[in-house]
Amino acid sequence: MIGVLTGSALHALIALLLPAFSFLVLAIVAPFRRLGRPAAWFSTTCAAAAFVSALIAWHYGAEQIAKVVWPWLPSGGVTIADVGVLLDAQSSVMLCLVTLVSFLVQFYSLGYLHDEPARSLGRYYAYQSLFAFSMIGLALAPNLLQLFMCWELVGLCSYLLIGYWYQRPSAARAAVKAFWITKAGDVGLLIGIVMLWRLTGTFDLQQLRMLATSGAIPVAGLSIITFAIYMGAMGKSAQFPFHVWLPDAMEGPTPVSALIHAATMVTAGVYLLVRTDWLFALTPNVLTIVAWIGAFTALLAAVLACVQDDIKRVLAYSTVSQLGYMMTAIGAGVAAAGFLHLLTHGLFKALLFLGAGAVIHAVGSNDLPRMGGLARRMPQTALLFIVGTLSLAGIPLFGGFLSKEEILGAVWMGGLPGPFALLLLVAFLTAFYMFRVVFLAFFGTPAPVAAVVHAGHAPAHGTVGQVVSASAEAAADRRSAEREGWSDPARTPPRVAHSHLHNEAVVEGAHVHEVPHAHEPPATMLLPLWVLALMTMAVGVYTTWGGAATAGFFVGGEHAEQAVPPGWLTPVAVGAGLAGILLAWLTYQTRAINASSLAAAFGPIRSAAIRKFWIDDVFETIYGLILLGLARVVGWIDRYIVDGVLNLLSDWTVQAGDELRGIQTGKPQDYVYGVATGVLVLVLLMRLVF
Amino acid sequence: MGLQPYLLLSATVFSIGLFGVMTRRNTIGILLGVELMMNAVNINLVAFSRYTAAASGMIFTVFTICITVTEAALGLAIVILLFRVRRTVMADHLDLLKG
Repeated sequence: MIGVLTGSALHALIALLLPAFSFLVLAIVAPFRRLGRPAAWFSTTCAAAAFVSALIAWHYGAEQIAKVVWPWLPSGGVTIADVGVLLDAQSSVMLCLVTLVSFLVQFYSLGYLHDEPARSLGRYYAYQSLFAFSMIGLALAPNLLQLFMCWELVGLCSYLLIGYWYQRPSAARAAVKAFWITKAGDVGLLIGIVMLWRLTGTFDLQQLRMLATSGAIPVAGLSIITFAIYMGAMGKSAQFPFHVWLPDAMEGPTPVSALIHAATMVTAGVYLLVRTDWLFALTPNVLTIVAWIGAFTALLAAVLACVQDDIKRVLAYSTVSQLGYMMTAIGAGVAAAGFLHLLTHGLFKALLFLGAGAVIHAVGSNDLPRMGGLARRMPQTALLFIVGTLSLAGIPLFGGFLSKEEILGAVWMGGLPGPFALLLLVAFLTAFYMFRVVFLAFFGTPAPVAAVVHAGHAPAHGTVGQVVSASAEAAADRRSAEREGWSDPARTPPRVAHSHLHNEAVVEGAHVHEVPHAHEPPATMLLPLWVLALMTMAVGVYTTWGGAATAGFFVGGEHAEQAVPPGWLTPVAVGAGLAGILLAWLTYQTRAINASSLAAAFGPIRSAAIRKFWIDDVFETIYGLILLGLARVVGWIDRYIVDGVLNLLSDWTVQAGDELRGIQTGKPQDYVYGVATGVLVLVLLMRLVF
Repeated sequence: MGLQPYLLLSATVFSIGLFGVMTRRNTIGILLGVELMMNAVNINLVAFSRYTAAASGMIFTVFTICITVTEAALGLAIVILLFRVRRTVMADHLDLLKG
């Protein structure tokens, strides 16, 4: 062991190893795992203990850097890399976020998945534990190699959890899609890490930082390395054009979406860039690319979110959009602002997803038009969801306010007016689409069911291809599953099982969806919501009160260096958010603006957005034409050339054997003839030749 | 007498034996041919033994005679068994090993 095992390092280590322990127990002790709920409680307890441990580590360790590593990969007397924990301001607060969200999600899942069969519930919690371990390992990684290892583990876990209901073809496809697309980025990351190692000879983050700040890293050719590392972040953090996997990741259970979107998977990319911002600072050209792609992604996803009718997909696109925000801040050179938004976003996005989960749990459907008037039936959920929405809209006194301001300020001061304008537009759109969800789901009257059938899915369904658009068919799958009744409980996806089949049957027949059984979720689901909402509020009030100076409390001391943004920024940003809320209110609550005429005003954009701007189609074309075409060519070569040569050889052998078997008469005297002739030939040869 | 007449005799007997083995259809005839070939070898051994005045050839011959006897006994036994099973001892009917 290298380094001093201080109290904070010890607690960070405990926080890292508890989920690993939980995973190992659940993975190895199969009978325990198959018990279901005991296994779930065990895993949740471990997650809670990890959270407490993380809090202690943060409390003691935020000031000084603690590092404990063990040598790993020894090679000819030197160790190439270490494995262990590196606890500093960033990683300790990230540790807290990850453990908090993973604990709350596991706790929430106890209620959300109560209909799940015992053995698959155990499997779910084993994955959850592994996920928590991987992400904590990533957050605490002292070097790029451990970071990459955990990075891949995170990708694996997201694959497993998105495909948790693997009996559903759309879920399995979405899982594969998420894995492939993030994998494409991961290749870039790996190349970047290895190239950086060739350049500097080390994987260690602290050493690299020292080299970078002292100017010992040659800048020539560094752009390729940072761009390769950024590729990995693009895949994980769903930046254009790699954002397509994230909406499909909604195929997993809703708590999984909360976990993936709030604290783990997608934040990994942003976190990577935050961790290596000193390296990116050396290559401003790459930073500009990061900023532009981030801003573009933010706008694209915000537009896409406006036309979604699936509550989870709206949230998914809003995550993509907010990730774009964070990336733009990093691109503007102020990684701390992006990191602050990562933290606050982690809180309120987990809140929003878990709130959406409560709604789905109650209604039994993801479709917004099927909801409506839920505020009366589930007032607590509605209240908490609105808290999350206001946070996301960046309203003062709520969690997302300061971080959004910081990002906008950073982008403006960073001399990037283009991305700044995009982000401002996104702020408006974000408020609009989120309050559209709020008004559609929680207020107003339930829509007639006829509206359900035409909305959103119909154009996408059937035309968008098979592999790439796992998403579009999700709703259709679910609906047909409900229609067929799926009486076999083993095969029934739990969400369908829970959706009060008799009501659905009524809905299919009648024309008005009353959502008669909607009710507040059980305490195990409500409690995490309250915790997250209160924390969001606390962060919001604290940061709004204290202003930019308080950000340092969350992201470490280096934050104060930033220049003060102009005074008009806050009113403009908040005004954009309020305008979005107003438009949503006018459109979906008072109906002063007709929603369909609003849609008609943006006709081409709207229809393009419904088709997801053909990005999925482009990927599908790439897949269908290039990949499958190449596979077909290779398959032909294998079938006809490689196999052909072998078949020819074996045919010849068989034929020669057939010809030669005539010699084998079975009569002993023929053999004697053979022997005698042989001897004679030998004798003659000896006489004549040798 | 020198060595040559003995070797000629031996070669002649060997050739006769080989001819018998190759041409006789009756298995017992083939066995007789084999015996002749063996004895041709014996003649060779004895002749060389006398020629070089080494006793080992004589001793070898005694061994060979013993082995020839056992071989003849075994061969005849096989032929009798063969006859019991296949009701024939004609060599060209015995082609179970035909490929």
